This record gives sequence, C-alpha cells and structure tokens, in this order.
Amino acid sequence: MTALDGNAIGGLLHEVFGTEMTASVGTCASCGSRRQVAEFVVYLGGPGTVARCRDCLALLMVVTSRQAMNCVDLTGLSDLAV
Amino acid sequence: MAGTAVRGRLTWQVGTVSEVIVETPTVRTIYVDVPDWAGHRAGQHLDVRLTAEDGYSAERSYSIASAPGEPVAITVQRLDDGEVSPYLTDELRPGDELELRGPIGGYFVWDGEPEPMLLLAGGSGVVPLRAMLRHRARTGSATRARLLYSARALPDVIYRAELDEYGRDGAEVSYTLTKQQPPGWSGHAGRVDQVLIEQVAFPVEQHPAAYVCGPTSFVEAVAQWLVMLGYPPSRVKTERFGGK
Repeated sequence: MTALDGNAIGGLLHEVFGTEMTASVGTCASCGSRRQVAEFVVYLGGPGTVARCRDCLALLMVVTSRQAMNCVDLTGLSDLAV
Repeated sequence: MAGTAVRGRLTWQVGTVSEVIVETPTVRTIYVDVPDWAGHRAGQHLDVRLTAEDGYSAERSYSIASAPGEPVAITVQRLDDGEVSPYLTDELRPGDELELRGPIGGYFVWDGEPEPMLLLAGGSGVVPLRAMLRHRARTGSATRARLLYSARALPDVIYRAELDEYGRDGAEVSYTLTKQQPPGWSGHAGRVDQVLIEQVAFPVEQHPAAYVCGPTSFVEAVAQWLVMLGYPPSRVKTERFGGK
C-alpha cells in the first residue's frame, strides 16, 4: 500500500472535526515531533484510515467508518490544534 | 437530504457536469456546476463519491484545476485498474450528475503571496499547480513563478498550450521528459534529480515557497533535495498522490 499524506484525509477530518484540519499542528505522543496534519504519513484502503508520524512512524490516528458513523482514535497524538 | 449548508460543515453536494475537455488520451478536465459552491483557493481539492446501484460506494480526492472565482473543474488521469477514474474519464458526459464535497484543504494553497513560488510537478501532480499559475495570471500577480514539470513524454503533458503561454507571460516553465523526447527537444531529459533541482530552485535568500505535487516517491525525493539546499521544511509544501 502506497503512503499518501494528510492532504488525502482533509475531507474526512473536516467531516469529523467540523473544520479544515490539514494546516493544523499535531504533536506525536511518541517522539514529540510537531507537524501539520498535511505532513502526516497516511494509508487509505485498509479497514481503517491510518495516520503515522513522519519522523518516527508511530501511529497517530485511526479512523474507521461504518454507515454514517466515524470512530476516531487519537491516542497517538499528545496534542492536536482544532 | 436537501437543505442549507451549515457554515463550516463539509457536506456532500450534487453537481452537474457542464463540460468535459480532452487534455491527453488518458486525461480529462471536467467542469461541474455546483449550486452552493463556497468558492475555493488555488491548490485545494475535493472528494468525489460514486455510488453503485447496490449501494457500494467509492470516494477519491481530486485537485481543483480551476482558479479561484472560476467554475469548479477537476482534471482526472485515467488509471487502468482504477475504480473511479475510468468512469470519470470515459463515461461521464455533460448533463450527468456528480456527487462531491469541497473545497478541502488549507495547507497546500497559494493565496497570492509575494515571495517567489517554485512549483514542482510529477505527472498529474501539475493539476493544483496549474490552479496556482492560473490564479497568478488572472490576478495580474507580480509574484515570480517557476514551474518544473516532469512527464513521461510530450504527449503526456497536461495543459501544455496554457503552460507555454504562462511561460511567455512572466512565469518560467520548463519540462523534463523522462521516457521519450521528440527529435530536437531542447528541454530537460530524464528524471528530476538533485542537480536539476539546484538549477531551477530560487535562492533561499529570496524566501521562496515551494509546492511539490506528484507520486509519493517523486515528492519525497524533491522535498528532501530542497531541504538539503537550505529551504526551511515549513517552506516546502507537499502533496502526495501515491502511485509508483
């Protein structure tokens, strides 16, 4: 599966957070790196949408969608500016 | 469910295809009338959703090809094993409906900033960069702009006539053809490499903004070379299409 970047989940995250998120800064809970969401390493097409840290590849975000519901796991982020 | 769009919320809308332009044998630009379109910025994208009769649906993101203030257009490259693009490039006709949501993104955008803009495109990664150049031309911007566009061969170059016109009109446009060059070709040949990036990059002291868009491997290589040249990572905006 080819890695994309956080631009690819701009629509999904806008749906989840109700606002544009690709320029928002998130902090990796593993290595502390702070980057804009657009820079996250993103994998689509699995059972869930996965975002990883560009610096240490730790899991930052998992979004699984079922019907009209999104389940969002942000435990890999110590901070996300909304 | 119809209704008024709630401010800030991104909702699926149904647009109507107004025009389909053949750009290359495998690339189409599709103009869509979207009744409640909020307007877009150069570099943004939108999501398209196709739904089959049995309810199965597939979504893809496409960069917006038109400039701010123009009708919505996307440029789509046909992928032979694609689930969505063959329908968009081969089946869609003016008058057909298309479900989409957008505009999306606030990172890979150009709003007319005065610092020199360095645009680096791999294949169909040229689409959002074309929107930026188009915006620059339409607003009479004095921002220096330089585009390096990597394509396999000349017939694969999207928007060539328009880009060449920008090249005669203040922007600097160059191509590198990776697989095949026509006889007498005076442009670059071969893949983009570090030497070529050094040639086209504005000096760091001019505080340029770089926008890199294309296949993931292209984007990562180019972004790395720019940072090695001294570009601050925050001045190198990237958008990856995946692919090869």
